[in-house]
Amino acid sequence: MNVLAILVPASLVLGALGLVAVIWSIRSNQFDDLEGDAWRILQDDEGPSPD
Amino acid sequence: MTALVAPSSFAAPGETGREAPAESRPGLTLSVPDLRCAGCISTVERALAALPGVTGARVNLSRRQVRVDGAVDPAHAMSALEAVGYAARELDPDLIGASDADRYGRDLLVCVAVAGFAMMNVMLLSVAVWSGAADATRTLFHWISALIALPAVAFAARPFFVSAWPALSAWRLNMDVPIAVAIAISCAMSVYETAYGGHHAWFDAALALTFFLLVGRYLDHMTRKAARSAAAELTALENTRVTRLSKNGRAAVRPAELQVGDRIQLVTGEQLAVDAWLREGQALVDRSLITGESDPVAVGPGDPLTAGEIILNGRLIAEVSAVREDTTLRRFAALVELAESAKNRYTALADKAARIYAPAVHLLAIAAFIGWIVATGDARLSLNIAVAVLIITCPCALGLAVPAVSTTAAGKLFRDGFLVRHSTALERLGEIDTVVFDKTGTLTTSTEISGLESLNREERGVLAALARASAHPVAQAIAVALNGEPEQTIENVREFVGQGVAGEIEGETVMLGSPEWAGDDATGTAFRTGEGKVFSIVRKEQLRLGARLAIDGLRELGFDVHMISGDREPAVKSVAANLGISRFAAGLRPEEKIDYLEELEREGARVLMIGDGLNDTGALAAAHASVAPASALNASRAASDIVLLHESLERLPDAIRVARSARRRVRENFAIAAAYNLIAVPLALAGFATPLIAALAMSTSSITVVLNSLRVRLT
Repeated sequence: MNVLAILVPASLVLGALGLVAVIWSIRSNQFDDLEGDAWRILQDDEGPSPD
Repeated sequence: MTALVAPSSFAAPGETGREAPAESRPGLTLSVPDLRCAGCISTVERALAALPGVTGARVNLSRRQVRVDGAVDPAHAMSALEAVGYAARELDPDLIGASDADRYGRDLLVCVAVAGFAMMNVMLLSVAVWSGAADATRTLFHWISALIALPAVAFAARPFFVSAWPALSAWRLNMDVPIAVAIAISCAMSVYETAYGGHHAWFDAALALTFFLLVGRYLDHMTRKAARSAAAELTALENTRVTRLSKNGRAAVRPAELQVGDRIQLVTGEQLAVDAWLREGQALVDRSLITGESDPVAVGPGDPLTAGEIILNGRLIAEVSAVREDTTLRRFAALVELAESAKNRYTALADKAARIYAPAVHLLAIAAFIGWIVATGDARLSLNIAVAVLIITCPCALGLAVPAVSTTAAGKLFRDGFLVRHSTALERLGEIDTVVFDKTGTLTTSTEISGLESLNREERGVLAALARASAHPVAQAIAVALNGEPEQTIENVREFVGQGVAGEIEGETVMLGSPEWAGDDATGTAFRTGEGKVFSIVRKEQLRLGARLAIDGLRELGFDVHMISGDREPAVKSVAANLGISRFAAGLRPEEKIDYLEELEREGARVLMIGDGLNDTGALAAAHASVAPASALNASRAASDIVLLHESLERLPDAIRVARSARRRVRENFAIAAAYNLIAVPLALAGFATPLIAALAMSTSSITVVLNSLRVRLT
């Protein structure tokens, strides 16, 4: 059972990393134009980034 | 987790979309309706980035807009886009700014993310408990769950607490009260149970509740936001300039900058933004938006002009007589406000459900507590059961039932060109059984003169001169159609009342008038030239695209179709005959249109009104549901529930079909939610509900409801 002392915090930290990434992407306007961003990935040249 | 996110205050939930205006950067926002694909994005962005002064251009494909940064002249930007094949219009930055920074939506999304993260982790820990962890391990897992759940609930469930608190402190119940109470009590109870090594903790249930309800709230917000920003865009499009004349010359100014007494210049095609007195020049104006008349009206010096009229020909100088709130247009706003309050009295299905639901949940939980304490005398057990009842009955599926359907339906309608403006519009649209159309501007778009093709240049000149000499509507329409042709000089022009107008060229008589009078076998209006040739000139109103299809489709659905108009009887009759509408009324004033609708409603009909003019505003407001085309005046659009963005009416029957199916799905969703409760509530009352059963009931009912809502797309 001692393994829990490592595994539980480890899984929580990994999950938290995901959460931080999601919050960062929300805050940097990446959810503002879902339709456009779906198309942009097909472009060869780099367009200007969202602010 | 919470420390990462700066706490931001939630104002009233769901409703307050008035976010703080975005910080103003130099630049402009253009509406580009033709944006569709990846190719469009790069073409548009590259074309704009190449302009001098532009520091950046970014397309938002979802909104069909492009934001241009840097000091740039709007006219330059628009012509650059024109050159690569995209029509663009400038949006009024003040109006569009409101929808730019969507703080509330973003905060809500962060809450959804936090609740989702916490729910998944606690759920994993709970799986261990459910599958048999005991004693110290169980208590440890409960404590870890508490560590995750308490801050997450404190952060993510704020929208519910913030909305429930004012209601509770005023001793009222709203939908958020049972939610907030259930979340708070289950957390408190779980902490207590954990501290005393109890079997059941409800942390996962509290988080699942928060998560599903937040998703519902976010969907609801997105629908409202889409409607609001598109409506703001329609208004912002009216970002016109007016030419003001002053001692220092002329200047293009916004209508808002005009003062009473200013002199303005008006040119062909311009739509008046203010009321004014005509001072110099003569012209024909199109009043169809104001009165519903399809015929142009001749005006001369001293005549009043009203905001919303369109100058058909000529160059005029006018003196502003009323601006902003004082214009005739704005005075109709009173009617609109009346209508809004009538619509607000309409109780949506969700509210009806909430009104029964909220007290029922609390009574049930209290009854469970009292029942068990009387039976066993064990306060801890009774409280546990009461909490189980509260959680099981909590409206996860109910909270998703309406938003999931309305998001799906509004999204489908938006793709078909319908913009749903009012939150209960879909429901009301689903209830109608009678459709009333306005004629001018709604079923018909323009008046066309046919028969001019066979005339030679000289004959056209004669006709133009004759037509201009008469005040008869047909003659006026011919004059507009021949605008710009070099006129011939005619002598001795006389007008014969009821017959036509005649004149002489080099001794020969030329005539324009009724066939019996001017020519033998002509139809419509006859034009006799000096050589004695007779031409038939026919004036016909052009039907709006898809008008016939729409009316046929509506009949198929079993609706009564009516037409009401402020126009003259013959014009109305011919359009009605053309479309096969048997029930119509002509020459109605705005009040009479309202009476007409009220008469229908008294007979028990639920009326959908479709109109565009200022004279329809009252009727649009009085109807059970209303649609206005995008070409309508702002006042009419404001009075209507749904705006038709496309030119064609073709999709109207489909829209009603979607609304009906949406209504059906909402009812089904309520039934599904109720069915789950019917099974789960007796279990909870009997004391058999465990956190596992609560989690199963909550997730399955929510998912069923969402899947059922998606079926709206299939209609």
